[in-house]
Amino acid sequence: MDYVVEMVGIRKEFPGIVANDDITLQLKRGEIHALLGENGAGKSTLMSILFGMYQPDRGVIKVNGREVRISNPNVANRLGIGMVHQHFKLVEAFTVTENIILGSETRRVGMLDIRTAANRVEALSKQYGLNVDPHAKIEDISVGMQQRVEILKMLYRDAEVLIFDEPTAVLTPQEIEDLQGIMKNLVQEGKSIILITHKLKEIKAVADRCTVIRRGRTIGTVDVADTSRETMAEMMVGRSVSFKVDKQESRPGETVLEIRSLTVKNSKKVDALKAFSLELRAGEIVGIAGVDGNGQTELIEAITGLRQAESGSVILNGKDITGLSVRQRNESGIGHIPEDRQKRGLVLDYTLEENLILEIYKRPPYSKNGLLQRAAIRKHAEHIIQSFDVRSGEAGRSIVRSMSGGNQQKAIIGREVERDPDLLIAVQPTRGLDVGSIEYIHRRLVEQRDKGKAVLLVSLELDEVLNLSDRIAVINNGELVGVVNASETNEQELGLMMAGYHKEEGSA
Amino acid sequence: MNNSIKSLLAVLFGLLAGALLMAVTGHNPVEGYKFLIQGGLKSPERIGNTLATATPLILTGLSVAFAFRTGLFNIGAAGQMLFGGFCATAVGLSVDLPRALLLTLMVLAGFIGGALWALIPGILKARYNVHEVVSTIMMNWTAYWTVYYVIPGYFKGESLETESRQLPPEAMLHASWLSDMFQGSYINLGFFIGVVAVLVVAFLINKTTLGYELKAVGFNRHSAEYAGIAVKRSIVLSMFIAGGIAGLAGVAQYAGNASSLQIGVLPSQGFDGIAVALLGANAPLGVMVSALFFGVLYSGRGFMNAMTEIPPEIADSIIAIIIYFAATSILIERLFRKWKVRKSRAPHSAANKKQGEREHVDNA
Amino acid sequence: MWTTLEQIFPYAIVFTIPLLITALGALFSERSGVVNIGLDGLMIVGSFIGAFVVSKMQAQFGGSWWVLWVGLLAAAAASALFSLLHAFASINLSANQIISGTAINMIAGALTIFLARNITGSGNIRITSGFRPFDFPILSDIPIIGDLFFTNTYITTWLVLILLLVSAFILYKTPFGLRLRACGEHPHAAEAAGIRVRAMRYVGVMISGAFAGLGGAVILMTYSGEFTGNVAGLGFLALASLIFGQWKPFGILAATFFFGFASTVANVSQVIPQLAVIPPVILKIFPYVVTLIALVIFSKSSNAPKAVGEPFDSGKR
Repeated sequence: MDYVVEMVGIRKEFPGIVANDDITLQLKRGEIHALLGENGAGKSTLMSILFGMYQPDRGVIKVNGREVRISNPNVANRLGIGMVHQHFKLVEAFTVTENIILGSETRRVGMLDIRTAANRVEALSKQYGLNVDPHAKIEDISVGMQQRVEILKMLYRDAEVLIFDEPTAVLTPQEIEDLQGIMKNLVQEGKSIILITHKLKEIKAVADRCTVIRRGRTIGTVDVADTSRETMAEMMVGRSVSFKVDKQESRPGETVLEIRSLTVKNSKKVDALKAFSLELRAGEIVGIAGVDGNGQTELIEAITGLRQAESGSVILNGKDITGLSVRQRNESGIGHIPEDRQKRGLVLDYTLEENLILEIYKRPPYSKNGLLQRAAIRKHAEHIIQSFDVRSGEAGRSIVRSMSGGNQQKAIIGREVERDPDLLIAVQPTRGLDVGSIEYIHRRLVEQRDKGKAVLLVSLELDEVLNLSDRIAVINNGELVGVVNASETNEQELGLMMAGYHKEEGSA
Repeated sequence: MNNSIKSLLAVLFGLLAGALLMAVTGHNPVEGYKFLIQGGLKSPERIGNTLATATPLILTGLSVAFAFRTGLFNIGAAGQMLFGGFCATAVGLSVDLPRALLLTLMVLAGFIGGALWALIPGILKARYNVHEVVSTIMMNWTAYWTVYYVIPGYFKGESLETESRQLPPEAMLHASWLSDMFQGSYINLGFFIGVVAVLVVAFLINKTTLGYELKAVGFNRHSAEYAGIAVKRSIVLSMFIAGGIAGLAGVAQYAGNASSLQIGVLPSQGFDGIAVALLGANAPLGVMVSALFFGVLYSGRGFMNAMTEIPPEIADSIIAIIIYFAATSILIERLFRKWKVRKSRAPHSAANKKQGEREHVDNA
Repeated sequence: MWTTLEQIFPYAIVFTIPLLITALGALFSERSGVVNIGLDGLMIVGSFIGAFVVSKMQAQFGGSWWVLWVGLLAAAAASALFSLLHAFASINLSANQIISGTAINMIAGALTIFLARNITGSGNIRITSGFRPFDFPILSDIPIIGDLFFTNTYITTWLVLILLLVSAFILYKTPFGLRLRACGEHPHAAEAAGIRVRAMRYVGVMISGAFAGLGGAVILMTYSGEFTGNVAGLGFLALASLIFGQWKPFGILAATFFFGFASTVANVSQVIPQLAVIPPVILKIFPYVVTLIALVIFSKSSNAPKAVGEPFDSGKR
């Protein structure tokens, strides 16, 4: 069999954890091979080993049938292995060409020779249909084009094996389609591709074979064409998973949140949200669907008070809260599970119990006359830890930084739900979590809905929005494209709307 | 490894480096240290002097530590101390009041002076996100030159151009009962300012909601904002308090340990405060202990210099080296961990994996 | 007014040069991603070693011209070595770079005086003679420009200006410069491109050390003539110039000249009637206040290297 890359019996241990345990991955020449696994299954570690960033403790790597030792990324490059990282490794202040040649510069009498390099970049860009301007600065070009620069970087180095690490996370539906076209192009030109992902849909769309890993071990390699999504999901998680969230028909009540013609600027002083209006009633979950960076962040920040609105108003339970501070809004009944739990939601160096009073430390019984009341704080923490199954080393006294992502998120959800808000905002509540935690969190959100709360869900995962929401508001370029009932729509329709095509008749 | 062990190791290495320095410059380290310690602790008088020497260090160390705990790097304690001391001196030289009132006013002036000097970097940080390290350095030199010209211009001493007039005795922190207790030492009420400040700060950052807020802002500005804390106000307030504490160091120094204000020097205690804070792990009590230790070095060096040929700057060198070792304590920690791992490495010890942690690794 | 300017100018240039070379060195360090607030200490080391070497050699060889050059070289080498302390702490140990830089300043300040006292007792080291100012042949006869730039100049001035041009060329026209800048902007991108980030940062910090050492020695060998245990905080002014010059070689030239000129004006204001009316304190604090204002103005659009001050941890993805 003609394998370009073989990784056999790879083991990698970190202090206290075995990240890879006897993993085998064999890449055929000219195929797109998916590497499927949950967050934390060990995909990134395995690819970092192939790319020379880590050394395996055990196991063999063969490239073109020859055993090799990849001691650093340079060796990987020389062997023709290139990687498109999930977080692009591009210097924003440099031009496309400068980024591409960095590390293997074209020289003339010891000086940089940008012109020759730019010509070659241009030629490669044409050959593979990448459409990249070699002289543009990275900070001025779109995310999709930045990704193509990353691809060019590998092609420029004559890479034969291309690793794509979760490449679609940041792309628009259109860009995803383009990328899939590019990938097919690349294999046709004789390249081989490893696609790291946890999205089954993508695997179905482009991959030939798929290797599934779970908890650091290989579960198996399958032909994508003959394997159902359900089977692959089961291999990934280790048990059968239902893609549907169990929930009753919603029974919406009074209007809880009313957003009226809200316009918000982003940090670059550009209108990121434009005259956005939406209503949210008690007992329903409304999902915001949209590609990242289309105004979702600004919308949420304007509702919660983290960002000033330019015009328009936010009305909660009939009361205009547009001019209120974050704290006043919290106290009027907003709970907020923020997009980035580590940046916004938690003070990582505080203990768990200190984090659980983040919004209420000023209120009795947690403080009196400006003095913290440790006993009351501890009791509060114990309650949340118990009712939300938050696991940590030393209970309330654990430093949050030492806790796992899933437990950090549970702590935030517990804190917000315990405050009993009328409006619960959940932004990307399951990002980066394993399936078990995801299911748990979904159940909790539906439970809040059933208790008569209004839930506003923002997620970049279309599946999540579709499964969890009762109604879906689609946002594109800061504008509301339309609102649809979750039961009456599908991915195709939402995808079109996310790209900005208006639905003929909005059903709201 | 806990903080006090790290600090002790840093001290140990600093002292070893000092010994090495003495040895290579042809002196006897054992003698050097003997006289250094005797000079700091030999008699009640010397102990009193050590406490007095330590006082400004306690306060600048506390200032830096407090700022650190709230996420700010106050490298401008020198300027705040100088300006606070200047304000107190100016009040002492120009106001005529009963002693208790005058001293209170001077302490207040010192606090406000230092606080105002730090307020500007605080506002620049909160409002324009100007890094406080650069702005406080600029404020240091602004204070230096302001005092450099204003003292000779308005408070010139009788004989020396480079000093202010002597403060009248009632405008100084000396207390005869205290001096007598320490057999003629120049220890003064400033020491109690230091002790009270340590207690107040410890209480503030550990027990109050204000401390909770300021620390939250220091750890993570974004989540503090999310929690509804007024982040900008907190930053300004933190700088204000830190500057005020450094200003008190100026009071203790210029109206307690000295009786006039010298121009043309940025008080070295300002930078030593960074070392004090670092060595004290930014905890008020730790600050107190490390300041007292530095106090011994500084107060004993004169005696050592008199008894041996070792230049007094050995003390400064040791302190500077200690701060370097404290900053690089991770090295010691790393070596320590490696040593521990090697000792405890059993064939299968790491094989039992913990599920909770693994997610952590891949996300990191 | 013209004569005043004509008189001040050569002094302003002399005062600018140590600032310029030091700030230029810091540019390499910060472009590679390491903040260096230890500039002051590195200048002090340069001044100390320069004074030590030159005074010893002048005692031996008298006023031979090459002695000063040996002194300059020794100063640059010593400060480059001394800067390794900072490099090691910030690059290998991920220590707080501000604290490490402060430690550099404190160690330099204390240690050099300690050693100097062991040598001379007073702690000051004099050199018998420094570089002599000269009039540039031909060029000094050009009207206006000749008087301003080419009279009473020092050879070190031209050396430093050449280093400025070379530095700008290296940073922007060579692969080395591209790589160095990449390390300060996005070290992980540089690493993925196969660049040894740590090594590049070492180079950056050591160039900074060498240039700061030169700066300290130039002060000694042009206008001061004596090591006194400090450089009057010029290292901090160099740091301010770096920011004010927005991390660009010619921006730094403009900023340091601005500060050099302002300081000279402040120094001579008392003897020049037109300036004597301005309180000297205003002139002295002027550069610092201007820097504060510049920081506010640039706060929105800073050209600071994006990753400057952040420890590089290659495990982080």
